[in-house]
Amino acid sequence: MDTNIYKSSREVHSADFIDGHSVDIPILKILKQDGSVYKGAELPDIDQELATKIYKTLAFHRVLDERMIAAQRQGRVSFYMAALGEEAASVGSAAGLHDEDMIMAQYREQGALMFRGFRLDQFMNQMFSNELELGKGRQMPIHYGSKELHYMTISSPLGTQIPQAAGYAYGQKLQGKERCTICYFGEGAASEGDFHAGLNMAAVHQAPVIFFCRNNGYAISTPSNEQYAGNGIASRGVGYGIKTIRIDGNDILAVLKATQMARAYALENNQPVLIEAMSYRLGAHSTSDDPSGYRTREEEAKWAEHDPILRMKNWMLNQKWWDEDQENELFEGLRDEVLKAVKVAEKIAKPGIEDVVSDVYDIPTPGLEKQLDELKEHIRKYPDAYPNTAGRF
Amino acid sequence: MAQMNLLQAINNALDIAMAENDSAVCFGEDVGHFGGVFRATSNLQEKYGKARCFNTPLTEQGIIGFANGLAAQGSLPIAEIQFADYIFPAFDQIVNESAKFRYRSGNEFNVGKLTIRTPYGGGIAGGLYHSQSPEAYFAHTPGLKIVVPRNPYQAKGLLLASIRDDNPVVFFEPKKLYRASVGEVPEEDYQIPLGKAEVVSQGTDISLLGWGAQMETLEKAAKMAEKQGVSCEIIDLRSILPWDVETVANSVMKTGRLLINHEAPLTGGFAGEIAATIQSECFLHLESPISRVCGLDTPFPLAHEKEYMPDELKTFEAIMASVNY
Repeated sequence: MDTNIYKSSREVHSADFIDGHSVDIPILKILKQDGSVYKGAELPDIDQELATKIYKTLAFHRVLDERMIAAQRQGRVSFYMAALGEEAASVGSAAGLHDEDMIMAQYREQGALMFRGFRLDQFMNQMFSNELELGKGRQMPIHYGSKELHYMTISSPLGTQIPQAAGYAYGQKLQGKERCTICYFGEGAASEGDFHAGLNMAAVHQAPVIFFCRNNGYAISTPSNEQYAGNGIASRGVGYGIKTIRIDGNDILAVLKATQMARAYALENNQPVLIEAMSYRLGAHSTSDDPSGYRTREEEAKWAEHDPILRMKNWMLNQKWWDEDQENELFEGLRDEVLKAVKVAEKIAKPGIEDVVSDVYDIPTPGLEKQLDELKEHIRKYPDAYPNTAGRF
Repeated sequence: MAQMNLLQAINNALDIAMAENDSAVCFGEDVGHFGGVFRATSNLQEKYGKARCFNTPLTEQGIIGFANGLAAQGSLPIAEIQFADYIFPAFDQIVNESAKFRYRSGNEFNVGKLTIRTPYGGGIAGGLYHSQSPEAYFAHTPGLKIVVPRNPYQAKGLLLASIRDDNPVVFFEPKKLYRASVGEVPEEDYQIPLGKAEVVSQGTDISLLGWGAQMETLEKAAKMAEKQGVSCEIIDLRSILPWDVETVANSVMKTGRLLINHEAPLTGGFAGEIAATIQSECFLHLESPISRVCGLDTPFPLAHEKEYMPDELKTFEAIMASVNY
């Protein structure tokens, strides 16, 4: 038994309260908006091949988001969530991982899935909940998942993946996998009890998990100064005994550098790490939200100047790893591909009626089989009312 | 065969599960070296090491969240919630996460290896928060299995089946019987199937249905009724979800009467689900209204525990009312 806490405190004999904001948390910046690098900054491990892959992923992300917001407005998909302005956080961190590290996301980290190689048609199938979708059309759009790509299926309840990531990483350690888990969440989700539970569990049980907080200033309409009174999310990591860093989330090189170091530390020491990436949610929370109700155009315009994709492009141009012809070809090609993919995915049939009752359990129970039989009989009687499934069984 | 009490039978099942699978992990509050506040995990840390049997911080949502992650990863988590009364902080992890993991991912991921053990039930002067029977809250959740044993033999066989079942299982242990219930238990490995009720004793006049610690109450009430010339068929449901409609319906079609007993409050209790289903399945065979003998629709009281409980006298009265209807 170790009750060292009683012995380790320095004794004082006059009451002196520790200031709630006394933890000094600097912010790591490597890349300037003009594409130059801060003097003395240590660059991450990156070459032209990796840089090009990251940049193409960022471009794909931007184009997909813009096109799908438009598609939702046309009523072609029911719902969408973009990551406009904060794409570098998910893409840059995924680039700092091994492809077999587990990713447990909140919902605004499709960039990590893109970096892993989830195909355009797979994104489309999920959003259109058609019969080719891996999740069998059961969840809302953007709730992606892929066992093959080690990307845990997203669920809507906020923060629930945080203690799960601690457990997942503990299992990886127990089985000697030499793999870690990254867990993404927003600063709003960090107010949930599961944030506390997950970070404390990971620290006490020494799980190799990277907690990656996207602090983008807003949880729907709630600004971060109504979310917490302390020094952001990073100051809490220190309280749990977790190695912590705050970074510029719009700086692809800072994100990559911090994640590479966090991964190495987590695996070498079997310890969790907390990264707080500061950014700004440039778009609406979702297609069901209108930010003009709670913030100004001026504020948005100011942050638009911190565009992480433009910043990386400027760096790529400086490196002579990229030029304007490649830029135009890439973006025009992507816009064309996304439009075509929408037209394909929306014509694919919905999943069969059997998928309503499969996977509730490993094997459908007798009660579920009975409910399915009754449902089929009902659909046969009223086929016009159920056009997606009638005549298909 | 060996004489074991219900705790020893559970400890024995955990020992077998951890010995056969290196990825089996037992954890919860005070579960480690101390062996749990009821001693269900005694000696497991000594035998399998601190990495596989350990104390967690005091956080139920953390315990089940962590367990969900372990199960999704492919490990075999056996999580303990110290009292079923304290499972509610983990309700979100169980209902929104564990239960829906496989379905929502199209079976890309699952937490089928998860087992949650938790002591439940009254009769130990536990007041409001050491007495509850929350099975009906979970019975409304597709994707979960819910299991309740009634004696040491059942506890071992049902727990091993729960641990090996490829679905998340909530395993409620009747703490009143932890030391009180002693019986012959095979030392070797065996399983009792989930989803199957057991006809404990045959009868012809009325079917008595219950689970867990209340099975003793049904047996006592049945003996009182036998003296009045009433032949009772006693059924242990064992699995609350999914439950064995067929065995219960077959019994009721024979006897024509059904009484359901549970400790949990009447309104919204699982007896309501059973009564509605059996009424639909056996309408033409029923000779009297289905009777529910349950806890009161109150929080679980301390001083009036005896008055609150659906005991053998209340059950006997209900049997006689049913046969004399």
